[in-house]
Amino acid sequence: MTVLSAPLISLIVDVALLAMLLVIAVSIAVTRSLLASILLMSVYSLIVAVWFVVLDAPDVAFTEAVVGAGVSTIVLLGATLLARAETEKRNWRNIIVPLLVALGTGAILLYAVTGLPEFGDAASPANQHVGRGYLETTPEEIGVPNVVTAVLASYRGFDTLGETVVIFAAGIGVALMLGFGERSLAGREPVISPRNGNHHVVLRVVAKLLIPLIALFAFYVQFHGDLGAGGGFQAGVILAVAVVLHALVFGLRDTMAAVKPGFARGVAALGVLLYAGVGVVCIINGGDFLDYDRLFTPDIEAQIPDWILPSDKPHHWGQHFGILLVELGVLLTVAATMVTIFYGFAGRLTDDPQESGT
Amino acid sequence: MSLLTHVNYFAVVLLMVAGLYIVFSSGNLVRRMIGLALFQTSTGLFYISLAKVAGGTAPIRVEPDSETARELSSRVDPGYAAQYAIDGVVYSNPLPHVLILTAIVVGVATLAVGLAIAARVREAYGTLDAGEIADADRKAGRGPVP
Amino acid sequence: MISFETLYAAPPDLLRHAPVLLVAGPLIGACAAALAPSSRWAWMISVGATIFALWMALGVIGEVARKGVLDYYLGGFAPPAGIAFRIDGLGATMALLIAFMGAAVSLYSGHSLRAEVRHEKQTLFQSGFLLCQAGMLGLVSTGDAFNAFVFLEISSIGTYALVALGSRRDRRALPAAFTYLVMGTIGATFFVIGVGFLYAATGTLNMEDLALRLTPLSESRVVQAGFAFIFVGLGLKAAMFPLHGWLPGAYTFAPTAIAAFLSATATKAAIYLMARFAFTVFESDDAFVQGFLFWALAPLAAVAAIVCSLQAAFEKDVRRILAFSSVAQAGYILLGLAVGTVLGVSAGLLHLLAHALMKGALFMAVGAATLAVNARTLTDFAGAGRDAPWTMAAFTMAAASLMGMPLTLGFLSKWRLIEAALAQNQVWIVAVIAVSSLLALVYVSRMFEAVFLRAPAQGAPRVKEAPVGVLVPLLILAGLSIWLGIDASLPEALADAGARALFGVSP
Repeated sequence: MTVLSAPLISLIVDVALLAMLLVIAVSIAVTRSLLASILLMSVYSLIVAVWFVVLDAPDVAFTEAVVGAGVSTIVLLGATLLARAETEKRNWRNIIVPLLVALGTGAILLYAVTGLPEFGDAASPANQHVGRGYLETTPEEIGVPNVVTAVLASYRGFDTLGETVVIFAAGIGVALMLGFGERSLAGREPVISPRNGNHHVVLRVVAKLLIPLIALFAFYVQFHGDLGAGGGFQAGVILAVAVVLHALVFGLRDTMAAVKPGFARGVAALGVLLYAGVGVVCIINGGDFLDYDRLFTPDIEAQIPDWILPSDKPHHWGQHFGILLVELGVLLTVAATMVTIFYGFAGRLTDDPQESGT
Repeated sequence: MSLLTHVNYFAVVLLMVAGLYIVFSSGNLVRRMIGLALFQTSTGLFYISLAKVAGGTAPIRVEPDSETARELSSRVDPGYAAQYAIDGVVYSNPLPHVLILTAIVVGVATLAVGLAIAARVREAYGTLDAGEIADADRKAGRGPVP
Repeated sequence: MISFETLYAAPPDLLRHAPVLLVAGPLIGACAAALAPSSRWAWMISVGATIFALWMALGVIGEVARKGVLDYYLGGFAPPAGIAFRIDGLGATMALLIAFMGAAVSLYSGHSLRAEVRHEKQTLFQSGFLLCQAGMLGLVSTGDAFNAFVFLEISSIGTYALVALGSRRDRRALPAAFTYLVMGTIGATFFVIGVGFLYAATGTLNMEDLALRLTPLSESRVVQAGFAFIFVGLGLKAAMFPLHGWLPGAYTFAPTAIAAFLSATATKAAIYLMARFAFTVFESDDAFVQGFLFWALAPLAAVAAIVCSLQAAFEKDVRRILAFSSVAQAGYILLGLAVGTVLGVSAGLLHLLAHALMKGALFMAVGAATLAVNARTLTDFAGAGRDAPWTMAAFTMAAASLMGMPLTLGFLSKWRLIEAALAQNQVWIVAVIAVSSLLALVYVSRMFEAVFLRAPAQGAPRVKEAPVGVLVPLLILAGLSIWLGIDASLPEALADAGARALFGVSP
C-alpha cells in the first residue's frame, strides 16, 4: 500500500485530527447553545488548518487559520451580539427529515468515494495531468518558487480576480444590509468604545506597539508569497486585524475617524480596479487579458538599463511585476472589505438599549 | 480499496453529512450559517485529500542540489522518486490548493452576507428562529407590512 | 434567416477581446458605481456599463456567426493549464440575452429604485446589480468548470443582499433572501463537490479536456456521482422542481428591478450550465445521461409545469403568481432539454428566450404600476387597466405571450416544443403542455379580470401611469414578445445556433 510508504507518523496525525474534527462536528450538531457552537466552529477551523499543514498545503492552512478561525469567528460573534445569545428550541420533526436528507447525500458520497484512487496515490489522474504540469513548468514560465502562488496569480489568475470580486461583492452585500456604521457616528455611543471595559494604560501601550507590528507582518506575508506560504489574501486579513484591534482598544469612533468608512469602500473598489486594470494594460500592449508577459512592451524593456535587466538572460519580469500588482489589488480589496464588514457589524452595536437589537 | 487507504474520504463524507444536517435541522439562522460553513470546509478537506502525494512535500519548488533538496529526496525510496519526483523531490499537487483557497474566500463572503441578513432579520422580527419568523408572517396576514 | 454579421459594428481590435471585455465591462462598472458620488451617477454608470456589455455581446455573436467558436486564453496560457473562455452559439445567445436584459433593467431601475429602495442604498444597489450581471456573463462564456463556480458565486453573493433589501423595505424579504442564500450556497457547494469528483477522475478542469477524458470513464461511479452532484447543485440554482422552494419568496419580495432581472436571467444561466454539462462535457448519447434525461429530468420538469401552474392559479398576490409561473415555465425549458434532440433543445432554448422577455416585462409592469402605490394582490390591481393604460398594455402583451396566445413568441416556442416531442413519439409531453397551458390560461385570466373588468374598491389607492423612463424599456420588452412571435427569424436562429452548438452539428 502506497499510504504506508509515507511516514507512518503523518498518517497517525492525519487520522487523529480527522477524529477530532468528527467529534467537534457532532458536538456542534448536538449542542443547543449558540455561543458554544460558534466557539466549537472556531476550534474546528483551527484543527482543519493544522490538518492542511500535515497534508502539504501551507498556503491553504494559512488562509483557513486567518479566515476560518479568525474572520469567521469575529463575524459570527458580531452577529450573535446583535442577536443576543439564544438557545434553540427543538422538536422531532426538525430532526428526522434533515437526518434523512443528510444521510441520503452521504450514501451517494460514500458510494462515490470508494471508487476514488487511494489516498496519496502519486499516479492518480488528479496528481498527474494538469497539477503535475504546473510543478514542471512554473520555474521556466513564471519563475517563482511557490507553485501555488504561480497558479493562483498567473495560470489561474482570472479565478483570483473572480475571488477578489466575490470579496468585494460581500462587502457591498454587508454594507447594503448593515450600512457603514453610520449609527455609531450619528451621536449614539457604540458598544465598542473605551467607556465599556477597563482599558487602562498597559493595554493601550501594548496595542500601540502591536498595531504597527501587525501591519509590518501583513506586508511580510504579502511579499513573501512568491517564496513561501502567504500572499495578498492572508496579508489583507492581517492588515484588517490591525484596524479591528485599534477599534477594540481605542473605540470604534476613533477608528472610524482614522480609517473612514467611505475610504475603506473606495479602497475596496480600487483593489478590484487595479487587478482588472492590469488585465486591460496587457490587452493594450497587444496580449490577452492578464497576460503578464506583455506588461512590458519591447519599447519599455529597451529603455531599462542592462544592469537591471540583462537582455541576454531569460527573465520573468513581466510575470513578477504582474503578480506583485495583482497581489496588491487583492490586499487592498480584502483589507478594505474586511474593515467594511467589521464596521457594518460593529456599527450596529450601540450602547442605547432601545437601539441595539431592535 | 480498504478502510485505511480511503479513511480521509470516509471522514470527509461524515463531516459533510454533519454539516448538511446542521443546516437543515437548525431553526436558528446563525446556526444554519455555521452548518453551511462546516459543509463548505469539508469540501476543502476533500480537495486537499485528493492533492496529497505520498512522500511528497509542499508545492514550493526547492533549488535543485541544495541542502533542502538532498534532505527531501533522501526521504523517499529511489525507485518511487525516479517515477514521480521533479528534480529529485516529490511534491504534492498544487492545483486543488489553489481551488480551495478560492473556495475558502467564497465561503467567508457567503458567511458575512448571510449573517448580515440574519442580523437584519433579528432587528425586523425580534427573533432568529425560523419557526417564529414564519408564525409572525402568518399572523400579519397577507397585507402589506410597513 | 437573419445574418448575425449585420447585428454589430465594432473595431476589429476590440472585437478580438470582446469575450473578456463583455465581463470586464460590467465588473469595472461595478467598481466605478461603488465610487460614484451620488445615486444618479451610479445609475448612469450602470446604464453605460450594461450598454457596453450589450455592444460587446453583439460583437461576440457576430464573431461566433463567422468563426463558429471563439476561444480566448486568459493570461495567455493555453488550456488545460490556463483558464479559457470558449463561446459557441449557445454561449453567445445566452450572453446576448443577459446583456440585453441587463440594459433594459438598468434603464428601468432609474425610476423604480426611487420608489422601492432607500436613497442611500441606491449607489451600492447599482454596484451589486452590475456584479450580478458580470457574474452571469462570465458563467456563460467560460470553458472552465471551476471558473464557472467562481462566476456562479459572483452572480449570487451580491444578489442575496439585493433581494434582502426588499421592495419598499418589506421585512418579509429578509427571511426570503436568507433562504435563497442557504439554498444557493448548498447548490454551489454541491456543484463544487461534483466538479471535484470529475477532477479526481480526470485531473483537469477545462470542459473540453474533461469531455475528452470522460468518454472512456462513463461507467465510473466517481464520474456518475460527480454528474449527480453537479445536477442537483445546478437544479437548486435553477429552482428546478422540487428544489424551487426559495424562488417564490425571493421573487415576490425583492425590488421589482431585481425580480425582473433574476427571473429573466439567473435561473436561465443555471439551466445553461446544466445543458453545457449534459451535452458538451458528457456525451449526449451516453446511456447514463440519456437515462438521467428520461427518468429524472423529464418527469420533474413535467410535474413542475403542472403543479406550479396550479399553485399560481390559486395565488392572490400578483408577484407570487408570476414567481410560481416562472418555476412552471422553467419546466417547459427543461422538457425541451429532456427530449434530448437538436429539435427539442432548440425548442427549449426558444422558450427560454421567450420566457425571459415576457417574465422580465411582467415583473417590470407590476413594478411600474406600483411606483406610486404599494399594490400587491389582485384586488389592489382592480381598475389598473383604466388608470395606467400604457403600463397595462405592456402587461397584456407579455401576459398573452405567457399563456401562449397565437402570434406571440410564447405560442411559437410551445408549438416548437410539441413538434419536437412528437418527432420523438413522446405524446405525453404534449399532454403535459396542454394541461399546463390551460392552467396558465386560468391564472392569466384572473389577472386580466382584475386589471380590466373589476372596479376598484371605494377609497382604495389607485394605480398610476409610470413615467416615460420606465415605459420605454417595458414596452420594448413586451413589444418584442409580440413582434418576435410574428417574425421569429431572429430568436429561432439564435435557438438553433445554440442547440447545434451543444450537439456539435454544423448548420
